[in-house]
Amino acid sequence: MVKLAEWRGKEIFRKYGIALPEGHVARSAEEATSLVSQGKVPLPCVIKAQVLAGGRGKGGAVRFASNAEEVRAAAAAILGLEFKGEKVKEILLEGKVAIDRELYVSLTLDRTLRLPILLTSAKGGVEIESVPDEQILRQPIHPFAGLAQYEKRRAAAFLGLTGGPAKSLGPLLDSLWAAFNGEDAELVEINPLAVVGDRVIALDAKVVIEDDATFRHPEYAEVRDDRTPLEEVAREKEIAFVQLDGNIGVIANGAGLTMATLDVLMQFGGRPGVFLDLGGTDDPAKVAEAFLLMAKAKPTAVFLNIFGGVTRCDTVAKGLVNAMEKLPAQDRFPLVARIRGNNENEGVEILRAAGITSIPDLKASAEATVRAAAARAAAAQGRTA
Amino acid sequence: MTVLIDADTRIVVQGITGHQGTVHTRQMKLFGSKVVAGVTPGKGGTTVEETPVYDSVQEAVDRKQANASCIFVPAPFAKDALIEAVDAGIRLSVVVTEHIPFHDMLVMYHYARARGARIIGPNCPGIAAPGAPSKVGIIPNVVFRPGRIGVISRSGTLTYEIVNGIREIGLGQSTCIGLGGDPVVGTSFVDGLELFEKDPDTDLVVMVGEIGGTAEEDAADYIRHHFTKPVVAYIAGRAAPPDKRMGHAGAIITRGRGTAQSKQTALEGAGVRVGRFPYEMPQLVADVLKEKARR
Repeated sequence: MVKLAEWRGKEIFRKYGIALPEGHVARSAEEATSLVSQGKVPLPCVIKAQVLAGGRGKGGAVRFASNAEEVRAAAAAILGLEFKGEKVKEILLEGKVAIDRELYVSLTLDRTLRLPILLTSAKGGVEIESVPDEQILRQPIHPFAGLAQYEKRRAAAFLGLTGGPAKSLGPLLDSLWAAFNGEDAELVEINPLAVVGDRVIALDAKVVIEDDATFRHPEYAEVRDDRTPLEEVAREKEIAFVQLDGNIGVIANGAGLTMATLDVLMQFGGRPGVFLDLGGTDDPAKVAEAFLLMAKAKPTAVFLNIFGGVTRCDTVAKGLVNAMEKLPAQDRFPLVARIRGNNENEGVEILRAAGITSIPDLKASAEATVRAAAARAAAAQGRTA
Repeated sequence: MTVLIDADTRIVVQGITGHQGTVHTRQMKLFGSKVVAGVTPGKGGTTVEETPVYDSVQEAVDRKQANASCIFVPAPFAKDALIEAVDAGIRLSVVVTEHIPFHDMLVMYHYARARGARIIGPNCPGIAAPGAPSKVGIIPNVVFRPGRIGVISRSGTLTYEIVNGIREIGLGQSTCIGLGGDPVVGTSFVDGLELFEKDPDTDLVVMVGEIGGTAEEDAADYIRHHFTKPVVAYIAGRAAPPDKRMGHAGAIITRGRGTAQSKQTALEGAGVRVGRFPYEMPQLVADVLKEKARR
């Protein structure tokens, strides 16, 4: 999931011909002030923090200014903010527009229908989750047919638009549909879509690009910022690696088994901190890399839970033993292993030779992991006390 | 009887000369599947695992009467491979390939549907009918035993884990379908349930779901109104935090929707017994079968 900041979303909207207010990005109060003094951004203007979290208006991350001094003060205030855990590094300055009405429009995927779906609502400017269902028009769009004229007319009528604004909605929806497909988006959302005089314009832009489509869009590779540095390294090595809040590391193969492993650990009071999904591999070197990556996350204890299919148990065991030998003593961690399935006996034997016992029972092995983590945490506390 | 595949299923492996294609061609044959051909454009005339390789799916259909395909080609080319299979008259394609953009999958799904073809997957382990025996895909051969339990799952290895557990208590499977973990799948839980409802050799269905989307809720709705056999379910991802993609592209709790709890509540509301952990599943299956026998 590549979530784009508002200004990047608006760059895409501009490319597809969606009407927007005049705007520019700044990274310092000085830059913001000069944008205004050079006349690039008209006054009065709105200054918006470029963060991914919603609720910016209420959180003080959107301010208005009517002269250069106010722009400097507002820009400085917003750039100093940490908004819902995200440090504000960029602000977007746009000329303020006279809004007649605030509407909502988006395109996303309906997984059940297996169709894109166009959502429109007259309740713009608030989170769409808070809008009652009957106030949202949902129109599934067939990918082979595209947006039909009647669907656009229906959207305009549902929004209560007539005259100029109604006429300008059609081309805007065509552009939004083109952007959704052309950029391989999971979501293109305009909230609010503002009625300004005789037309509708996009005051905000939320664009989420699909991860799996980045091979068609190398330009998005550099903009993603929702991964931690370790998650990024893992991605390069094609290992699914996710950091959570706890202290126990989990190495498993396959998303479902990984999630089930976390569920079982939680049941016994463990707090998973990192999970690493080996996926399907028959390369011991990749397994070893995964272990070294896990060590960098400094887990209190690690639970290895493998069900061998494509990934054979002996491959995992070899990779594990190689990695453990390479790890300096201070980076080692207590390890509980459970390897089942393809080539199980060979894998168990390799582990046994390296002094690691595989516990075949899922419940027992998860409990052993939680105990090992607790014992190590207690020992560490004893040292510092 | 089985669903979707049987002893007469004649498989063409698309992408047979790749590493995974070759390994799993061998495994499918060991299971007892009739893998009759492989396709890799430009490699026609060679053989892989004693299987003739052709340049096109049409040749595999014309010469070897292939009627199902197993797709291993890389994601950027998967859409093309599927369209080629459908155009050649293949009516069942198992797409093992992962990381196919859902925009491509939307085209694949609706194209196949318009031509009367079915897709299982993508990003899936495939389908196996141990009694036939036939298998299209990558599920390890060792976990199965012929029997009367139907399995439908969004997961791969977790399915192996649960199926294996069921085998270990002496029960077996009629057909096991791995739907895949992507947001758009060719065959859904509801589609799978429809097939098992009609299968006289399936007594009970095990559903293995996970967080994200509403496929399990949709299944609950279907079970409540249309399904007459007992269903036992497990949902992975109880401990998953919101907005984190849990390994599968489809396994994500977005905007508060798609939690394990909402799925469990919906399924239990439809009379489905939901196990909290994988190791509870074999016993749950045995208990429900016993209750069924008593009725």
